[in-house]
Amino acid sequence: MSLLHTIETGLRSLLGHRLRSVLTTLGILFGVAAVIATVGIGQASSDSVTARITSLGTNLLTISSGSNVSGGVFGGGGSANTLTMDDVTGLQDRQSAPDIAAVAPVSQGRASLVSASSNWSTTLSGSTAGWLVTNTRTIGSGTFITDHDVATRAQVIVLGSTTAANLGVGVGDIVMVKQIPFEVIGVLAASGSQGFGNQDDLGVVPISTAQDELFGGGSSVQRILMSATSASTIGSAYLEASQILLQTHHLADPTQADFTITTQTQVLSTAQAVTQTLTILLASVAAISLLVGGIGVMNIMLVSVTERTSEIGLRKALGATPFDLFRQFVIEAGMLTAVGGLLGVGTGLAVGYVVPRAANIAVTITPLPVLVAVGVAVAVGLVFGVYPALRAARLAPIEALRAQ
Amino acid sequence: MGPDELIHLESITKVYGTGDATVAALRDFSLTVATGESLAVMGPSGSGKSTLMNILGCLDTPSAGRYWFAGQDVSSLNETELAHVRNRRIGFVFQQFQLLSKLSAWRNVELPLLYRNVSDRRRLALQALEQVGLSDRINHRPGQLSGGQQQRVAIARALVTDPDLILADEPTGNLDSTSSRDVLAVLRELNEQGRTIIIITHDPEVAPVANRTVHLRDGQLVDQVAA
Repeated sequence: MSLLHTIETGLRSLLGHRLRSVLTTLGILFGVAAVIATVGIGQASSDSVTARITSLGTNLLTISSGSNVSGGVFGGGGSANTLTMDDVTGLQDRQSAPDIAAVAPVSQGRASLVSASSNWSTTLSGSTAGWLVTNTRTIGSGTFITDHDVATRAQVIVLGSTTAANLGVGVGDIVMVKQIPFEVIGVLAASGSQGFGNQDDLGVVPISTAQDELFGGGSSVQRILMSATSASTIGSAYLEASQILLQTHHLADPTQADFTITTQTQVLSTAQAVTQTLTILLASVAAISLLVGGIGVMNIMLVSVTERTSEIGLRKALGATPFDLFRQFVIEAGMLTAVGGLLGVGTGLAVGYVVPRAANIAVTITPLPVLVAVGVAVAVGLVFGVYPALRAARLAPIEALRAQ
Repeated sequence: MGPDELIHLESITKVYGTGDATVAALRDFSLTVATGESLAVMGPSGSGKSTLMNILGCLDTPSAGRYWFAGQDVSSLNETELAHVRNRRIGFVFQQFQLLSKLSAWRNVELPLLYRNVSDRRRLALQALEQVGLSDRINHRPGQLSGGQQQRVAIARALVTDPDLILADEPTGNLDSTSSRDVLAVLRELNEQGRTIIIITHDPEVAPVANRTVHLRDGQLVDQVAA
């Protein structure tokens, strides 16, 4: 029998049981759509995390207190503040740390900012002039905190653009933090980066002022940000920093280090590993639904073979070979899943269009998962069609003819 | 075997089941049918008629013995080869008609041609339907035809491949007497045109249509009657 006629016969059979075919197709449709949508969401969140981390600059190294090895980026940090301003001074030494371009200690906390017209709660960092360089930010209007401000514990503040707008203040205005007046000396240029946490909603004050007036904690700092002179000197900057800190902390054995230095690449790879794991997890659940859809196809094909036993017997008597019948049923299963797969792609793309607009969840759909999902759907149909098709091909013509 | 022999069965035995539960449906059965002959195979149920029909129709292979069909030894062919023999050389007519209810008359007649990639299938199907006197019913579905008409469509389907043999299994078993006469008349006419026909039946009314009748009992030939 020619392929064309096999397809025609298959179509006639599938259209003969319209509702059944549609329901079977739905199983595949949802499976494929789920795979496309979840992989799309995973891809988008991975992209967003990557963009945020790289926007901080790949030259950035972060020193935090705690003894975790570099693999555990977030663990242990800040459990006890072992970093001090002495460490910062040591790291700023150009002689022993030629590859470190800028250093900025950070003490951070939430604080409520009060202006004449409004109040606003935000993340407030105490830092030094190096903050701007290490965070790869630029000042939009006014000036940034200077070494002089730090030395004099000046009551000055630099605001993110969102914060300034929400407070309704500009350069020269006064905002109150814990009832202490701070003069706004600068507003940062908008970073434009979005995602988790707004990079334009923050405030920066001199670290000395923060330690003495706002957060307490003496001369200890939560973490130290450093910029390497270039992307290629990150490695040597890492070694220099670690040597200086071991020295200032009077530690001989590097394994006893009470600090952790993290590079942006490490943060990036960890974050990517996390989002990748989540994507795989979500996609696996979706793939299982595709598998269930495939089992549905097999189920229906078995029912079809049983129903059409006498037709199979007749076709055999009229000269259909076992291969003819095998191909017939495999193609019918393949058609069910191919249609389900294509409609699933449509549904997945529709989800990718609607969800970002309706729920503010980014979805990035790339061709590869779409192709893989359709390919898997068709493969599922062929694989799950094989067993029913073999049953059909193996039916003895006489017995099949007698079944009625 | 002679040159005008279409069918030559030699010591055919067909055993069903295994071990102690074996049943021999045919025992050391030999039969020869000449080209152009019309033969009626009669016998009570359980006599081995159906088994004989399955073997003659290449729907099943014998447990022992040889079967030559048109000079070809078909007793040891595999399923695919048997399918080709059925398709090209044998036309079947069944008691239950076995028409596909969703296809029109001519689409039903066309079916065997689909399995041999013939191009002018519609013309051949219409020609076969004309031979059985159903030219005015080509687009009717089986449900819209009487039993006799359905069986004539089935005969047209058996004819359409121009087979060496038409094998009819109880062709009148589901028909009233008028339709039976119709169908038998068509079969007789085909035989008169030179086609070999074997009718398997338990109905004594059918036998006179054939020019030879064989009787089966317990898987063996009991007597032969030439008409």
